[in-house]
Amino acid sequence: MDPFFLSRLQFALTIAFHYLFPPISIGLGLLLVIMEGIYLKTKNKLYHQMTRFWVKIFGLVFALGVATGIVMEFQFGTNWSTYSRFVGDVFGSALAAEGIFAFFLESGFLAILLFGWNKVKPRTHFLSTIMVCFGAHFSAVWIIVANSWQQTPAGHHIVNTALGTRAEIVDFWQMVLSPSTLDRLTHTLMGAWQTGAFFVISVSAWYLLKRKHVEFAKAGIKIALVLAVTASMLQLVTGHSSAVTVSETQPAKLAAMEAHYDEFAPADLYLFGWVNNKQQKVQLSIRMPGMLSFLVHGKTSEPVKGLNAFPEDERPPVNIVFQAYHIMVSTGLFLILISWTGLFLWWRGRLFNIRWLLWVYVFTVLGPQVANQVGWMTAEIGRQPWIVYGLLKTDDAFSPVLNGGEVLTSIFMFGFIYFLLFALFIFLLNQKIQHGPEVEEQIEEGHIA
Amino acid sequence: MNLVFDLNTIWFFLVGLLLTGYAILDGFDLGIGALHLFTKTDHDRRVMLNSIGPIWDGNEVWLVTGGGALFAAFPEVYATAFSGFYMAFMLLLFSLIFRAVAIDFRSKQIYPLWRKIWDISFCVSSILASLLIGTALGNIARGVTLNDKHEYTGTFWNILHPYALLVGLFVVALFMMHGALFGIIKTEGMLQKQLQKLFSKTFILFVIGYMVITIATFLFAKNLTEHFKASPFLIVFPLLNVLTIANIYWQNKRGKELAAFFSSCATILLLMFIFGLGIYPDMLYSYNNPENTLNIYNAASSQKTLRIMLTIAMIGMPFVIMYTSTIFWIFRGKVKLDSHSY
Repeated sequence: MDPFFLSRLQFALTIAFHYLFPPISIGLGLLLVIMEGIYLKTKNKLYHQMTRFWVKIFGLVFALGVATGIVMEFQFGTNWSTYSRFVGDVFGSALAAEGIFAFFLESGFLAILLFGWNKVKPRTHFLSTIMVCFGAHFSAVWIIVANSWQQTPAGHHIVNTALGTRAEIVDFWQMVLSPSTLDRLTHTLMGAWQTGAFFVISVSAWYLLKRKHVEFAKAGIKIALVLAVTASMLQLVTGHSSAVTVSETQPAKLAAMEAHYDEFAPADLYLFGWVNNKQQKVQLSIRMPGMLSFLVHGKTSEPVKGLNAFPEDERPPVNIVFQAYHIMVSTGLFLILISWTGLFLWWRGRLFNIRWLLWVYVFTVLGPQVANQVGWMTAEIGRQPWIVYGLLKTDDAFSPVLNGGEVLTSIFMFGFIYFLLFALFIFLLNQKIQHGPEVEEQIEEGHIA
Repeated sequence: MNLVFDLNTIWFFLVGLLLTGYAILDGFDLGIGALHLFTKTDHDRRVMLNSIGPIWDGNEVWLVTGGGALFAAFPEVYATAFSGFYMAFMLLLFSLIFRAVAIDFRSKQIYPLWRKIWDISFCVSSILASLLIGTALGNIARGVTLNDKHEYTGTFWNILHPYALLVGLFVVALFMMHGALFGIIKTEGMLQKQLQKLFSKTFILFVIGYMVITIATFLFAKNLTEHFKASPFLIVFPLLNVLTIANIYWQNKRGKELAAFFSSCATILLLMFIFGLGIYPDMLYSYNNPENTLNIYNAASSQKTLRIMLTIAMIGMPFVIMYTSTIFWIFRGKVKLDSHSY
């Protein structure tokens, strides 16, 4: 088997699996700060119980995030050594900064968050919760910095060394704040907030349906719903801003997102469709003429650079990018709708009585997860055939010393282990949810306060 | 020897320091894992797990950051070593994954079979990880075969050279001893007595290993001894190392738990220092053709990046040391199991 193809498959598999967990940690981390903050402010034990319940779930999610995350850092070297040699000077710095500024902070204070309830004062515990939340957000900052440099390289120059060419930093801050960094960072973080919010909403809705822990669930849904509405609306802003940046910096990706082929013509927007790449047509579609031009340039007649403006070997695969992007957008719109519906019904005092809506909420936990996955697919597949946009092709980036057998073995191992981990994660998560919040925690309150 | 304090040397030292931090910190919790199956009751096993409960995760970050720093400062070494030792690194990853989830999952169910499976996973993956880390060090000490493009030309089986495996076994013994000393601080009663016995046994293994490796190094990794031949005064470091090792035994005998553990930390620090001194300025020695050797100059990032990274390290590391020590302070003392424990 071709070790190159297998390395791509392995990277896709391991990153997709890894990325199930960090968005929950980021979003739930923020919610923990809010919950514990409300508790310290109001001294209402309900919020104390809530914080402790979600901290336990946070611990489980975090453990899986760490276990699958270390794989990613090693994999650049193991499977993509040519890439590593090319980008080490630039990309490596961001990765090292992530370790120093984010991971130590996160893992250090997690100890107090999980095990320090009886060891430190409530305020110190709250401070640790804030630090863990910061750590989770910082790790997103640095990895997005590194990835955004791959999308829109800046602040570097290309140097010829004895062994080949490589990128070196010229201006650190220009590299950190590459043209796409801020849009992509905010877009990713809002996705993570949505993930955390709908996770809490889902579990709480289920309790309400089962008429268990009713007060706990109602209070949880309210907090999470506010975050869900906020993040979903901001997602509209960051999403739009990201698309505009893509149109300026990665026009081939934008053209693939809407399957826009004509070299220099007004571009349409599709609600859905199926791309026929040979005939350069979108079939079975609902089309809004000129809308892409309007969204990008503010005018429906303004031309947008199409795929035919690029040599054939510099175009990303169109249909998969188109589908991923459209699933993301529809999911995002659905999340806005469903969170505003909740807010409206809460205001009307009917939120907790509409059983079908609560059932919808139970399953909406999947929405942000799907959007995160296909969103990243749009970003990463849309960048192809480049691994570093305009500088290095994915074909030229992998480790030449690998053979197919080795990578096949590791893929099977990852497949097996990750399957097992996922099954155990769901099993343990389900058990924690079934068990519910600790009631006796309210009684042993005395020694904590 | 010629020591030039340029940025490349500083980063060689800093990457070494991060990996030494890893060896000292994760060393004892890998050791606790390796000793895990020697304890028998469920209570004892939970105490073992919880002795490292709040800190193992932070300890592992030293490896992640060390790996990141290697990637940033010496990308050629990172790329060559990680792709060349592919299967070894994959095995290390699998053992670290299994270890992490074993710690987290083990006490979440009461079924004996469930706990037994995770106990075995925890122990085996800890031993395997230690063995692989040691074997990697052994290969770096002995050197590897590289071509003129800096690519590794050997196979997985070349990595399993007897010298490298010997270093691997030595590291297992070292971590077990180090873990036993840490365990003695964290436990009391019968379990502590048992760990005391385990310490005595692993200490003997460690001392034998130390002597065998010293001789083997003169036979199989001659390049490591050259600085010491050229500048005989450097022998003070190995001599100091012998003193710290003797001090471990002495302090343990006097019942000074902390002093014995810190002596063990100092021993690891010196071992890594001697190792670094031995290979400097090379990072991956190519014994088939020394011209292909990766050293701290031809494998490094640009001077500008090394400077930026130094700024990042100088801002970040004081914080890291501050919260690492705070966490260790908060969770000091004997392990007491409660409802939050593993």
